[in-house]
Amino acid sequence: MIDVAGLTVRFGGVTPIDEMSVKFETGTCGLIGPNGAGKTTFFNVLSGFVKPASGTITAFGDDLLKMAHFRRARWGVRRTFQTEQAIEELSVYDNVALAHEHSKESAASRRTDVLDAIEFVGLEASPQAKVGTLGARDRRLVEVARALIGRPRLVLLDEPAAGLPDKETAHLGEVIRRIPERGDAVVILVDHDMSLVSSCCSVTSVLDFGKLIASGQTADVLRDEQVVRAYLGNAEGE
Amino acid sequence: MADTTSADTAARPSARSWDARSLRRPAIIVVLLALVLFAIPALVSLYYVDAGTQVAVYAIVALGLNLLVGRVGLVSLGQAAVLAMGAWVAARLLFATSLPFEVVLLITGSITMVLGTLVGLPALRMSGLYLALITLMLAGAITVVLATINFPNGGHGFSGYNGGLLHLPAIRRPGIAQTDIGFYRYSVIFAAIAFLVVLVHVRTRPGRAWAAIRQSESAALAAGINVTLYKMWAFALASFITGVAGALLAGADRFLYSINFATQDSITILAVVLMGGIFSLWGAIIAALLMQLLPALLNSWGVSPDWLIILFGIGVLQVLTTAPAGLIDQVPRDLGRLGRLIGRAFSTTSSASAAGDVE
Repeated sequence: MIDVAGLTVRFGGVTPIDEMSVKFETGTCGLIGPNGAGKTTFFNVLSGFVKPASGTITAFGDDLLKMAHFRRARWGVRRTFQTEQAIEELSVYDNVALAHEHSKESAASRRTDVLDAIEFVGLEASPQAKVGTLGARDRRLVEVARALIGRPRLVLLDEPAAGLPDKETAHLGEVIRRIPERGDAVVILVDHDMSLVSSCCSVTSVLDFGKLIASGQTADVLRDEQVVRAYLGNAEGE
Repeated sequence: MADTTSADTAARPSARSWDARSLRRPAIIVVLLALVLFAIPALVSLYYVDAGTQVAVYAIVALGLNLLVGRVGLVSLGQAAVLAMGAWVAARLLFATSLPFEVVLLITGSITMVLGTLVGLPALRMSGLYLALITLMLAGAITVVLATINFPNGGHGFSGYNGGLLHLPAIRRPGIAQTDIGFYRYSVIFAAIAFLVVLVHVRTRPGRAWAAIRQSESAALAAGINVTLYKMWAFALASFITGVAGALLAGADRFLYSINFATQDSITILAVVLMGGIFSLWGAIIAALLMQLLPALLNSWGVSPDWLIILFGIGVLQVLTTAPAGLIDQVPRDLGRLGRLIGRAFSTTSSASAAGDVE
């Protein structure tokens, strides 16, 4: 369980996250909100790229904010990025192995674990293929595989479906829905595709201007008047 | 996209088995090395053998910078100063002790590794232009210090400088490499070892970490890579081999003067490394040939090597605009194109020649 309490982030005069308190219990949780709501900033706090002004984050009993950023990956925080960051120069295999060789997992299981993660996300490209030669869908899947290898405890997916055509988003949704089969990691999914969020997440939280405005069962949250006004209705009105 | 399928079929069979294709490259390298070691000294004059020693030494220096710039994305303009430190430490050790030359190489490499890593410390906080500027200033400072304390020449005390311009005696060489040809071979062998060490790094865990850092530090951190540690590792490795190159330079020149170690050499080294090609280790050899063989050729033709600075300027411009991967990538590609062009001109059935295209 990830317990966020009183989290505030300030960049000069801007407060991208304002007194945010939320719990992510188990399974896959959605995190939605309009652009600039603070979703990616929240991910950056969890990965250690941004230091909050105040607040605490307790993850499975450990104080996450006390850990150095690269140590958090070792502990089990994994993420994908809004602009996909698969390493072009390396092969598919090496991209995924990268996260494994800097985790607590033993080197003996690396080969099977890497190939298993590649298969799990449904990558059809050869493990030896250079990522630089792959298309958008495969690069995304490489990044997702890198986030799932070993035994992650907190997986952050930052708009994984951005820029993908519907068919490929559907495949990605299937992969995300199957993540609980691999262990008990908490997955937080940020996306603007509401059908993806509602098909993957039983619970969803909504951020608006750095404030948590709703949290609960996905279906209820998406009907919440305040949420519709802040986000969904707004998007349709534009 | 078409590449994916071809890589697919090509990669699978060779993934685990040692077939003929995977052995071809090492075989070519062994043959080349044998030619460089035995054929070249037999064919050329001693003047070019000495130039060859310098090429071997500077290939190691270029390799260090190739690693920093090409693999990790750290631009250092302090490599000539690191080389000078290596030469100084080695000369001091060679005068002060009777340790075997190889041991001096290792100790020099280790000491230079510590000093060079200090030069690289700003890399933790800076990158790009600022890192280049800071390393250049540090290199300038080191050059000033070395000009003040002078290079050891058989004197006593910490500096080992006897107050005069004469070395008494000359810096010693290893017993097995007393002659110029012997020392040439000795340097080539150590250069080959340096390339092997760097190749092993690039192909394994540190190489993967460096590739991640170069593309995206946040992706590297998110994968659990200790970015600080791996950046320092790169500086340490580059400094170690550059220190070894300095020791070889001490043995090659036998008389060291601070006037021969100019700060601006660092800029020339970066220029030739870019021209040679930073994404291939072979680029470092091209860089060393440009920097050391070209001046030797110009000298023997009676042309001032000072012209090279202009040539290198044009060369860097050319590489940056038309071939970011350097001459090592561009020359074979363009020669291939030229070959096909000529082939097409001579063949009447122009469509047949397209089959020769690689990509």
